[in-house]
Amino acid sequence: MAATRAPAARPLSPHWQIYRPTLTMTMSIVHRITGIGNYFGTLLLAWWLIAAASPSSYAKFEWFAGSIIGRIILFGYTWSVIHHMLGGIRHLIWDTGRGLGPGEREWLAAANLIGSIAITVLLWIFGLLAMGGPL
Amino acid sequence: MSDAAPKHIRTPLSRVRGLGAAHSGTDHFWRQRLTAVANIPLTIAVIVIFIMLLGRNQAAVPQIVGSPVVAIIMALFVISVAAHMRIGMQVVIEDYVHDEITKLALVMANAFFCIAIALTSIYGILKLSFGL
Repeated sequence: MAATRAPAARPLSPHWQIYRPTLTMTMSIVHRITGIGNYFGTLLLAWWLIAAASPSSYAKFEWFAGSIIGRIILFGYTWSVIHHMLGGIRHLIWDTGRGLGPGEREWLAAANLIGSIAITVLLWIFGLLAMGGPL
Repeated sequence: MSDAAPKHIRTPLSRVRGLGAAHSGTDHFWRQRLTAVANIPLTIAVIVIFIMLLGRNQAAVPQIVGSPVVAIIMALFVISVAAHMRIGMQVVIEDYVHDEITKLALVMANAFFCIAIALTSIYGILKLSFGL
């Protein structure tokens, strides 16, 4: 009657690992990862704003920001913010129904990646020069 | 649909309009776009503010960030970013966490984190502005 039967082994929809990775798919994943990175990056922003009021606490922040690991984190944070912003613009274009054609979405994804790397590197070259050298 | 007479005469369309399964309709979707659009000029402005501060010491920060226009831009940036990231992280949690209690706890923790970050940052901005 109402005997509990094991559910029939129905086919599952394939997981994303099944598919050959494409640029748009990778960029979609990167958009989410950079969003999560930016989320935790706000801890640095809050720390900086709180520390800036006093010289001693600001010295601690500067020590961190100037260290090798601090520089790497700040460089990654810069790229993450720029990449997520350009990716967001891409999504806003898509929201209007534009840019979804096969050629368009490919070059938008490529422009997103190349643009974010280029802008980040230029900002850091400019920034390090403005600070008077790489160290 | 059942054979029983409907309990009320509202049409399905009127019930679904602006609502849906989450009872909030496209509110999250809309606010994510609203804050996304706001984040673009605000992020560019904040990058410009950071460039203005490059190579300067601590004393320059209250001077620049504490000035009215910059302080207001920074505060707007913090508010828009906190609202945006709260929605974004909630979507991530809802996508990957399927245990109901864990999901609710994480959605709550997300709200607390975003509000705490926003308030801490704004406190910092106000302190730089008014030197409390």
